[in-house]
This record gives sequence, structure tokens and C-alpha cells, in this order.
Amino acid sequence: MEGKEFTATSFYRFLDDKKLMGSQCKKCEALFLPPRPFCGQCLGDEMAWFQFSGRGRLVSYSVVRVGTTSYEEKGYSRDNPYCWGVVELDEGPRISALLLDADVARPDAITIGQPLEVVFPDKGEAEGERSPVTFRLR
Amino acid sequence: MAKRAKKLARGVAVVGAGMSHFGAFREKDSRDLFVEAFQATLETVPRGIDPKDIEAIYVGNLSGDCFEGQAHIAPLMAEWVGLNPRPATRTEDACASSGVALREGIIAIASGLYDVVLVSGVEVMNKLTTAMVTDTLAAAADAIYEVPVGATFPSLYAQIATAHMAKYGTTEEQLMKIGIKNHANGALNHKAHFNISIRDIMSSRVAKAKERGQPIPSWTDEMEFLKDPIANPIVAWPMKLFDCSPITDGAACAILVAEEIAKNFTDTPIHIIGTGQASDAQALHGREDMTSLKAAKLAAEQAYEMAGVTPGDIQLAEVHDCFTIAEVLATEDLGFFKPGDGPRAAEEGRTARDGEKPVNTSGGLKAKGHPVGATGVGQVVEVWEQMSGHAGPRQIPGVNLALTHNVGASGSTVTVHIFERR
Repeated sequence: MEGKEFTATSFYRFLDDKKLMGSQCKKCEALFLPPRPFCGQCLGDEMAWFQFSGRGRLVSYSVVRVGTTSYEEKGYSRDNPYCWGVVELDEGPRISALLLDADVARPDAITIGQPLEVVFPDKGEAEGERSPVTFRLR
Repeated sequence: MAKRAKKLARGVAVVGAGMSHFGAFREKDSRDLFVEAFQATLETVPRGIDPKDIEAIYVGNLSGDCFEGQAHIAPLMAEWVGLNPRPATRTEDACASSGVALREGIIAIASGLYDVVLVSGVEVMNKLTTAMVTDTLAAAADAIYEVPVGATFPSLYAQIATAHMAKYGTTEEQLMKIGIKNHANGALNHKAHFNISIRDIMSSRVAKAKERGQPIPSWTDEMEFLKDPIANPIVAWPMKLFDCSPITDGAACAILVAEEIAKNFTDTPIHIIGTGQASDAQALHGREDMTSLKAAKLAAEQAYEMAGVTPGDIQLAEVHDCFTIAEVLATEDLGFFKPGDGPRAAEEGRTARDGEKPVNTSGGLKAKGHPVGATGVGQVVEVWEQMSGHAGPRQIPGVNLALTHNVGASGSTVTVHIFERR
């Protein structure tokens, strides 16, 4: 693990291995999710990998009826919308995530602050692609 | 390092500004709209200008590359308006591209290198399908960590809206009122993409239904129309169609000169007394706060400090309402209203043309239109017209101090400028 570079490629490979990994500055202990090779806080350049618990709460969200081409190709549409949001991890940092189990028919019933947990869906045929960070309500 | 008050090494003024019509023009390319904006601009200079006096050109453009298959757009625009071989530079900071072009032009004159500069912006977006426009714009977010979870621009601003709603109790109805206000202003701007009020859009739909013998919709006012999910469908909840600025083609130009030669062009130059620009994390998840744009607050702070004025002094503002919630944030981040008070202020009409703080008298991005790379300089055109008394039916009398606020993407670039008529 220590040998991996602090890149998006490493982040998504860890996600495939069912791990939500960020980096931690060895000098000032600041946490970064997604991982960074360079500390924006103290300008330190020595990082260590840090595994997040995957538990957090919802900061913001949207139910998307007109999606990106790649989501439309996955079968999402005006009649089959998806939900994504910003999640604040228990450890502090925030990350954008696709949200499963949200009631997309009643978006006003989704509550900010509600607890979430990371999930690692099977990739199936999408092997090799970067699969999105995914959370679900808990 | 000691903090030093930032100021321009010499003064800069606007002596003319103009724009093409904004709209969806299937038969026009960026060079055509640029020529239209340039010609309109020359006509606005009260004592006239010889284009040969222009020494450099800055062009804001988000993605001619994807929208038109045309990169390297600055020398091309210069060529089409006869400005080769002058240095021509493209600026790209998403939807703040021409706000940044404006600032670079100011800095170039203040440095003493040039006396006369053309700042401009252009974007032609309607050559692509809506789906491809959505993808092209999404590239201005974080392509590695936001786009893969399904982020689109409406859904990025929807995140800001849901956070603002949870924190301050902001409602969908309050946001709808901002769209109604900006369309009412756009109805008075003959160059606007939507030169029509929401009430008139509603009436024309009723008339069309009658004509075709279809069931007649029962809307009694604009709010009923906007609450009808057929008339105003959800794009990315809580952002609906009428919360979103349109996909627009257009160009805008302004001529900047060194203050000491401004009287050669006009008796009433508009002095640029404050400029500010800041950056922030590209992804929303990297920001400290979801209910405010930190870069907007910092850019505004710089501009106010340089100008020596306060938010209360500003008499008119053109702000970046790419979505209705963005206008709320703008009026709060610029210090016009306290955090959380923006929606109520809009609802009470305080930002209407006859309110204490007219915002987006041009129609804003919502109704005037949002040709992304041209928007920042397009805002200067409204300020110029208002301050020189040429705003026609939407004229606000006696504007001596005005402000423009231009946002790139979901807030990772913001520019703020303050203009004075003396």
C-alpha cells in the first residue's frame, strides 16, 4: 500500500478493492479525500495512505433528470433519475458520491444530515472503467 | 510579507461597450457574432474611435474547441475585425472567461504597456445537442471526482440550493421569483435571448393550446405556471427549467483606455475603480461552505477595498445568475444582504428595477442569455448602457456606482469589478 502513488488511478484501484482511501500528511496530520501527494495546509510532501471508515452524513444532494451522456447510456433518464450528493465523512473530509436508495420520486423528503455509508457495487461489464464513489442511506 | 493595499498603477476607463444579439443562431459562427459585437461597440464610443488605435485584444472563450471544433480563437477573432497583427490572447476560466479577459485588459493598461485595449468574449453553443453541451460544460467541474458521480451544472448548483434550503429555509417559490424578475427585465432588452416575460410565455402557451384545440391550461398567474411540472420540468431537483439560464450564442466587447486619454473618446468615461479575482477548490466537496462562494467574497473584498466603497454604495449590479440560486448567493456574497436573507430580499422586490438594489436589469444570464465565454463582458455592456443613459425602457436614473460579478463553474473562479461615473 505504501508503495502506491497518491493519484486518482490509485484511488479508483483501491475502490475496486472495496477500500475508500485518502492520504494523510505525515507532518501536520491533515487528511485528504481524494488523496493528494502534496499537503495544501503545511506544504509538506510526505504522505501516508489513510483508510476511511466509509461512514458519514449528507451535506447536499440533487435528483438529476437530465444527466450526463454517460449516465444516460447507463439507462438513467427523465423517468429514471439518479441522485448524487456531497458526503461528509466521520473523519472530516467531504467527497461527491452517487447515492443509492434515495427516494428520487420525493426529493424533498431526502434529509440533509442523514447518515450514509459507502458501498462497493460489483462492476460487472464496466471492468477497467473508473466506477463512481457510491454511498447509501443507513 | 507585509500586506500592501492593492491598487492599479494608473487608472483605466471604459469608453465604449456593445454586444451582438444573444440567442440561438443556427446559421452563425463565433466570428459572425464577434463582428456584430465589435461593430456595435465602435458605435457606442461618443467621439468615435479609429480601430487602428486598439493595441491588444483579449478574448474570453470557454470551449470553442468542443462547441465549434475551433481552438485558438483569439487571433481568429482579431483577424475578422481587422486587428491582426496585434497581440490576441484567449482567456479561459469557464463561465468567468471574459470577466478574466476584462481584468487582464485592465492590468495590461495599468502596467503602462498599452493605452487602448479591446476586451471581449464569445461563445457559440447551439451547434451541439443539449446532451453534448451538458458534457462540455461539465468538463469545467472536477472531471475525475465530480463528473463520474453524475455531476452536471444544474445538479452542481442544485447541491448549493439544497444546502441553502436546509440552512436558511429557502424555498423553491422564492427562487422562482428571481426568474420572474429577470425575465421581466429581459423583456425590456431587445438583444436578450428571452426578450419576453414569464407571464407572456404563459399567455402564448395558452393561446397555442386554444389554436390547436388542446385542453386549455388553468394557470392563473406565473407562479402557477412555474409550479406546473409539465410547463416547468425538473432538470436537477430543485432546479427546474426556469431556474436555469439558457444555452446561448453571443459575443460582447468593451474598449478600455488609460484614464489620462479617456477624454479623447468621451466626456463621460466610466472609470474602473475596483477589480478583484479569487479561486477556490474546483469540486464542491473541497469547499469550506456550500451556501456561499468564498472566491466571490474574496474577489468582492479586493474590489471594494481598491475602490474605497462599501456594498451599500453600489447602485446597480449585474451578477452571475446562471441558476436562480446563484443570484441568491451573489447578493449575499457581495454583502448586499446578510447570509440567508437573499431569497426574502428578492421576494420583497428589493432587487427589482424599482427596488433599492437593482440586480440584473439586463435580464441577467437567465433572460439575457448565457453564451458562457461572453458573459463577463456582456455584464459590462449593461453597466455601460445604464451609466451612459442608453438603457432605454429599463434605464435606472442616476447610476454613478455599479458592480459586475462573474463566476466560473460552480465558484472556483470569481471576478468582481466596480465602475464609477464621475
